[in-house]
Amino acid sequence: MNSSKYIIGFTALLTAFVALVLSLMYTGLKEKHKQNELLFEKRAVLGAIQDKVGKNIADLNDDEILQIFNTNIKQLVLNTKGDVLNPQEVEKKGYKGGKAENIDMKVEMKKPKDARLLPLYVYKGKDGKELYITRLFGKGLWDEISGYLALSSDKNTVVGASFDHKGETPGMGAEMKDNPKFSAQFKGKTIFDKDGKLVSINVRKGGAINKNHDVDAISGATLTSNGITNMLKSSLENYYQYLKK
Amino acid sequence: MSEIKESKKALFPMTKKERKLLFDPLNDNNPVTVQVLGICSALAVTSMLLPSIVMAIAVTFVVAFSNLAISLLRNYIPKQVRMIVQLVVIAFLVTIVELTLKAYSYPVYKQLSVFIGLIITNCIVMGRLEAFAMANKPWQSFLDGIGNGLGYGVILIIISFIRELFGRGTLLSGTPIEMKIIGASSDFWIDTTTNPYFGWYVNNNLMVLPAAALFIMGLIIWYQRSKNEKLIGIS
Repeated sequence: MNSSKYIIGFTALLTAFVALVLSLMYTGLKEKHKQNELLFEKRAVLGAIQDKVGKNIADLNDDEILQIFNTNIKQLVLNTKGDVLNPQEVEKKGYKGGKAENIDMKVEMKKPKDARLLPLYVYKGKDGKELYITRLFGKGLWDEISGYLALSSDKNTVVGASFDHKGETPGMGAEMKDNPKFSAQFKGKTIFDKDGKLVSINVRKGGAINKNHDVDAISGATLTSNGITNMLKSSLENYYQYLKK
Repeated sequence: MSEIKESKKALFPMTKKERKLLFDPLNDNNPVTVQVLGICSALAVTSMLLPSIVMAIAVTFVVAFSNLAISLLRNYIPKQVRMIVQLVVIAFLVTIVELTLKAYSYPVYKQLSVFIGLIITNCIVMGRLEAFAMANKPWQSFLDGIGNGLGYGVILIIISFIRELFGRGTLLSGTPIEMKIIGASSDFWIDTTTNPYFGWYVNNNLMVLPAAALFIMGLIIWYQRSKNEKLIGIS
């Protein structure tokens, strides 16, 4: 039997040692973690416009990704009224860096609609035409789902999409990310109807009906599919004023 | 001849007992199939080879070094709080693994997500600490940790090999040496849309689900027990 003094001393010493080492390690690697996170998002952004970039994004190394980003992509931050904010204003709202990549969608989607900040990536390819890549964010069956939807220069026709999720079921909901055939369906769809009303794109169970606005749902993943439909609708509504301009 | 024997001795200066510690967990005393520990993570991470290999390395690292640390401290740890001390050591090592992976292998970190953190609750680690490291010398404990980590890893790799091959038709996907073996597009070695013999083949979606790991694990246990005489009659 040990005395209470010894027990407290021992645990305090051990905890202090562990805390010291871990905090040193954490601060030492923090920059690298941040970089990795941003690079991961950059890959997802480019994943939505893979056809236009002309290369398989997964095969590119980190430097090539950064190079495409620096030369071809302009990062904008919008508000829901469709105005482009300058980086100083964005920094004042609490995002260090003030670029689209710094925006945390989880925080923004909780704010009232008028106060939201929206990231937008504008890609300018070799042909001089601009593509608009919007950020999608919503709820799947188990956890957050997110993605990027790329629109062509008419701000209506979809060029491509990429999706990510946090905890959807492998083989079912997770197919939204794993199966390239799912995101490929979005290509060529339109988000506005003939009268200029925002109808978004529906992920429809049982197969697409409206060939302009529907894609096939993922079999076995009805709730994830509905989540994607809702995510597209609510995210695109945020961009409505900008896309209308 | 004698020279070769000498050099072999120098390479592996291990006693019979130490060798037993290292290699027993690979078969006779496998942590997954015989001790039936660490099942949860074995079901969850084995849908592809790459995360399984990373998980195996991470668990081996954590078991080996927590065994070593606890064994070094074993005479100083107050008995009343030994479990908490063990947990602190395990959590410490797991956090190191997590921070390192996040910095140097981000895609794998994303894929493993919560399971790295859950190594803390992997019963193999705590089980070895309680059953072995608390009562044995550091070097033996370290070997025991390596052995059990490898025993866990072997099962993980067998299961994930089967699951990835039959579930997705690929092997080692996500690495530079990804092999696309069978599937319905021209990227694969055997293209089921054009190949005259494999037109009937469809990747089995069940293999992607965690339930498949349970079946495969059951089959492995069955096979192992039918072959290994030492395991007959042990429940």
